[in-house]
Amino acid sequence: MANDPLHQFQIKPIVDMFSVGGMDFSFTNSSLFMVAAAGTVSAILFAASRSASLVPSRMQSVGELWYEFIANMVRQTMGSEGMKFFPFVFTVFSFVLMSNLLGMFPYFFTVTSHVVVTAALAVFIIAMVVVVGLAKHGLHFFKLFVPSGVPIAILPFISLIEIISFLSRPVSLSLRLFGNMMAGHIVLKVFTGFVVSLGALGIGGILGALFPLAMGVALTAFEFLVAFLQAFVFAILTCVYLNDALHPGH
Amino acid sequence: MEADAAKLIGAGIACIGMGGAGIGVGHIFGNYLAGSLRNPSAASAQFTNALIGAALAEGLGIFSLVVALLLLFT
Repeated sequence: MANDPLHQFQIKPIVDMFSVGGMDFSFTNSSLFMVAAAGTVSAILFAASRSASLVPSRMQSVGELWYEFIANMVRQTMGSEGMKFFPFVFTVFSFVLMSNLLGMFPYFFTVTSHVVVTAALAVFIIAMVVVVGLAKHGLHFFKLFVPSGVPIAILPFISLIEIISFLSRPVSLSLRLFGNMMAGHIVLKVFTGFVVSLGALGIGGILGALFPLAMGVALTAFEFLVAFLQAFVFAILTCVYLNDALHPGH
Repeated sequence: MEADAAKLIGAGIACIGMGGAGIGVGHIFGNYLAGSLRNPSAASAQFTNALIGAALAEGLGIFSLVVALLLLFT
């Protein structure tokens, strides 16, 4: 069905490859756009840093802006010692941003609209928080669940809430990105589908179709904002969670 | 077919939760705007916090959307 809003999320194998234990390892359109996202980021940053000069060229200022944006965010949330994690945060931000933006092209596939991709990213981030926290602070890492200055009577209750909130972090981190991207693309598809079905009704329908068309244009602009904002939110929450590993008990 | 109808109704009811997320996000940005109009010099420093708060509030709304989708497609 041409107007099925979920059709755009279908994963199709492009190159059939081996399968191990019932798991299909084919190169799919999802893999293709992951490679495309990584390749686009690398190409832009390579072009930006190819001929570095004191007075930056246009490409170089894009790269510098990009770097400074993430570097400031990392310094603000984690302090200067958090700059150890800058390469990781920069990679996550760039990959998510470029996947979101590539998905905005018509007929392109949105990698981040699949919960399996965002869940893999989120589980990796939370596992890294736990490993870094335990390696740096040992058992003091669990002070994360015991906030200071809480009366002893309600401390067990607060600890329980803190533990639940920590455990729900990978769920909320992955579902936020997935839900925003998928819901946004469904809404776009539904509104532009109205244009087609109204336009088939004749002259009055074509005049009426102008309203969903205008809505579709506005929603496309909004989706570009969401694509950037969600990548930013994903990166800054990564920073906030890593900050918990670096400074537990604050 | 009655179980299917109940699933569709349940998906619709689950989406009411997104209204709560809308109220929450509106509160955060409304209060951020009110605060930044009172003290514009402190506004830029708190914009990140406003975004984090909005993302956390919005995440709970996304949960109800996911519940609705699970009811529709499983």
